[in-house]
Amino acid sequence: MMLPDTLEAITIARPPMLAPLSLSLQPGTLTGVIGPNGAGKTTLLKALAGLSQGPGRVLLDGQPLVPHPRRLAWLPASREAIWPMTAATLVALGLGPAAAPDPAAVLAALNACDAAGLADRPVNQLSTGERARVLLARALVARPAWLLLDEPIANLDPGHRLDVMALLAAEAARGAGVVLALHDLDLAARCERLLLMDGGQLVADGPPDAVLTPDLLACVFGVARGHHGWQRT
Amino acid sequence: MTLRLALLCLVLALASLAIGPVDLVAIHARDPELARTLFLELRLPRTGLALAIGAGLGGAGAATQALLRNPLASPDVLGPSTGAALGAVLAGYFLGAGVIGMALGGVGGALAALALLLALAGSGAGSPQLILAGVAVATLLGVAINLALSLAPSPFALYDLMTWLMGSLADRTLPQLLLAAPLIGLGLVLLIRSAPALDALALGEEVAQSLGIATASLNRRTIMAVALATGAGVAVAGSIGFIGLVVPHLVRPLTGHRPGAAILPAALAGAALLTAADIAVRLLPVDLKLGVLTALIGAPFFLWLILRGR
Repeated sequence: MMLPDTLEAITIARPPMLAPLSLSLQPGTLTGVIGPNGAGKTTLLKALAGLSQGPGRVLLDGQPLVPHPRRLAWLPASREAIWPMTAATLVALGLGPAAAPDPAAVLAALNACDAAGLADRPVNQLSTGERARVLLARALVARPAWLLLDEPIANLDPGHRLDVMALLAAEAARGAGVVLALHDLDLAARCERLLLMDGGQLVADGPPDAVLTPDLLACVFGVARGHHGWQRT
Repeated sequence: MTLRLALLCLVLALASLAIGPVDLVAIHARDPELARTLFLELRLPRTGLALAIGAGLGGAGAATQALLRNPLASPDVLGPSTGAALGAVLAGYFLGAGVIGMALGGVGGALAALALLLALAGSGAGSPQLILAGVAVATLLGVAINLALSLAPSPFALYDLMTWLMGSLADRTLPQLLLAAPLIGLGLVLLIRSAPALDALALGEEVAQSLGIATASLNRRTIMAVALATGAGVAVAGSIGFIGLVVPHLVRPLTGHRPGAAILPAALAGAALLTAADIAVRLLPVDLKLGVLTALIGAPFFLWLILRGR
């Protein structure tokens, strides 16, 4: 499949939380979405994934978005797993309902997320962080052109956070458009582009050093970097 | 595994055809015509209905659990079976409809119960809301059945209704089999065709949408098919509980816990289980109704599920 040139989300008066905004994202870029709780990060990601019901529209290559496993993957923040299927079975579902079985792709995705050792374990018996890695592998397995990930590194230990950020940077380097919501401001600095949300509005959009300024961080998050790490302002 | 379950169904069906109060082979030697009539009018409808209704309940149970993403969901817990019973009672005893009208009433009742459930719980509702809404719907419809019983036109009608509600396959006729089996079969075919999409639904509704599944139409199709697969059976045989709840749990481990892939094996296992239960009912020295026997087996299993989930 050809990789699309742009994922263009033109959002007009999007209810219920977002202010009118228009946004264009390029493939091959690692884009971070940051903002306080309730700022509208998930709402923005869902809108980009074409999952919102509203007057806005999402265009992929100038065309209305038609969901397909190879086109776009959506990873929700929820880590719940209802059925006690094995990690490998769950990841295989990410290939889509019409796809032929592809054990090699499943293993590769699990490997990429350092979850190959979990392949035969029932997902409901995994820890939340282990399950988070399996669910990320599910999002990656079809090698989609676009990855829209809601807090993929929440619940992960520091080592796996760095691994996943490196993995997502590699996905962007192979040409995928990667958009992730995250709360870790230090890791957010590793993104090429940051979207700062507050109160349902996009308040800043640019490279990390233009967005993670002391003024904006104090104003939006109420934090500042001190001698002993982050502090309340 | 599917093949083995199908073979089990075949063996049980042959056993069911062979078992009865009279020896058909002996009768055949004396009066071939009588043996033929007994076979076609009594043995065949009974066996065919056990297979069809068991398959419908098992498959619909697996599909309901997959659709609602809840292992404790089933047509009889959430109301469609009660709705089918009410629909059949209303059609049969109060509108004077015949066998066909009762079957259609059953399908309509199951459909109405499912629509009411989804309207109450809202689409994308979590387990607690769905179970609450299902209990409310099932209770409401149960009360409506009691109301219908108390308004029964005559004591004989009341007795008929009560006996029918207990669930039985005794003295069913060939036309009932020929009517119910295609409706159940159609429902099952629709459900099996939706199996891959229902598997993907295990990842959640939003993820399923992002994989290209039109979840709203999947919901509608599955509900229609569940109503077909359960409604016609309940309308012919009365309430046969717990098959739809229990059977999917028995077969899901064999499909790697993929909820959609379990629909076909659950249908086959449901057919086998109901046929076996119907054989047991005929062999037992007491006159136990089929629906009572399945509940006696199913209820402890349901309790065990709850205990295991703690």
